[in-house]
Amino acid sequence: MYSFDVVRPKSVADAVAALGEEEAQALGGGQTLIPSLKQRLAAPAVLVSLASIDEIKGVSSEGGTLKIGGGTTHGTVAREVASSYPALAAMAGNIGDPAVRNRGTIGGSLANNDPAACYPAAALASGATIVTSNREIAADDFFEGLFTTALEEGEIITAVQFPIPEKAAYIKFEQPASRFALVGVFVAKFADGVRVAVTGASEDGVFRWTEAEAALSGDFSAAALDGLSVPADGLMTDLHGSAAYRAHLIGVLTKRAVAQA
Amino acid sequence: MTKVTMTVNGKAVSKEVRGNMLMTEFLRDELHLTGTHVGCDTSQCGACNIHVNGETVKGCTIFAAECDGAEVGTIEGQANADGSLNVIQQAFQDHHGLQCGFCTPGMVMSAATLLKENPKPTEAEIRHYLEGNICRCTGYHNIVKAIMAASGQDVSTIAAE
Repeated sequence: MYSFDVVRPKSVADAVAALGEEEAQALGGGQTLIPSLKQRLAAPAVLVSLASIDEIKGVSSEGGTLKIGGGTTHGTVAREVASSYPALAAMAGNIGDPAVRNRGTIGGSLANNDPAACYPAAALASGATIVTSNREIAADDFFEGLFTTALEEGEIITAVQFPIPEKAAYIKFEQPASRFALVGVFVAKFADGVRVAVTGASEDGVFRWTEAEAALSGDFSAAALDGLSVPADGLMTDLHGSAAYRAHLIGVLTKRAVAQA
Repeated sequence: MTKVTMTVNGKAVSKEVRGNMLMTEFLRDELHLTGTHVGCDTSQCGACNIHVNGETVKGCTIFAAECDGAEVGTIEGQANADGSLNVIQQAFQDHHGLQCGFCTPGMVMSAATLLKENPKPTEAEIRHYLEGNICRCTGYHNIVKAIMAASGQDVSTIAAE
């Protein structure tokens, strides 16, 4: 690693100020950033750890909406939303491994927007709202492509608000070494329609499968997806699977998610 | 350099550290607690697993500066007060849960938090919990068996060695 300092502000305001310095970078749980630093893929002068900011941690619930602080770990989400939003809890409880879940945070995962991460699918399928240090961003406007989001320099995710669906499920086909999604599909059924978000598949990161949403909004059953498929164009091909294989998996996993929801 | 103060295995320690000093380096090079092993150094193998405020984390993927003020536990602090092996360590010995021993500190640290969260885990729950601990000798079977035994459960239902 290159050399840098670590600072640990205790409030969002102090963290925003610290991130305004030259070559400053936010450090969430570090489960992606620290391995990247070891590979010298980043050279910050100062890392601004968000782990000491109590105001961005924890889970609360208000009138059908779940609010999860941006600094809340996957382990905490897995434990604390198990009764209010079981599909989200199950997703969080299956990220990485226990040690990763004890450090990695929802805000870090969303800000990183890894094309094979689980949280982007949950946020997009739920129609979540990403609350930052200076505004609110709808999930539909947040994810802008591979490792790219609507976040500006120095903007911190302070919370994520999830409308709680009537039914939901997330099915991840794991890449067995990394446990990232080779493909993952999150299906959420609301009173006014169904949302389907796919991660791990597209070269542009997480996306909504709108044809499946239309079919499922009329008939929420696996059979409603018969005959529908995602074209392989624009899907990822790597040593773990071809674009055509990923396209096939999207159809299979969406049916499984509907059946499980 | 930043000054950090933390409790390691019950003892208060205070040191000046570089911002980029990992906990594995802090424990091994500064405190000479070499039981925390560096296996992959890429957050995958779990040989460096330690406890920070009672939770298992990868020592290679957390900075010493992030542990300022924390209660840290390592394999060196796991034995009973009289120096004898604790229940988990003894079960690893009894059930041949290690061969070369490189992954064992991380396995024991993971097993400790598993049994704290879930005192009677099933075989499937143990295997799921150990997804971040890689062993290249035993094939996990006797490790799972040792953890089952440490939780006071019958291990005869687990297939023969």
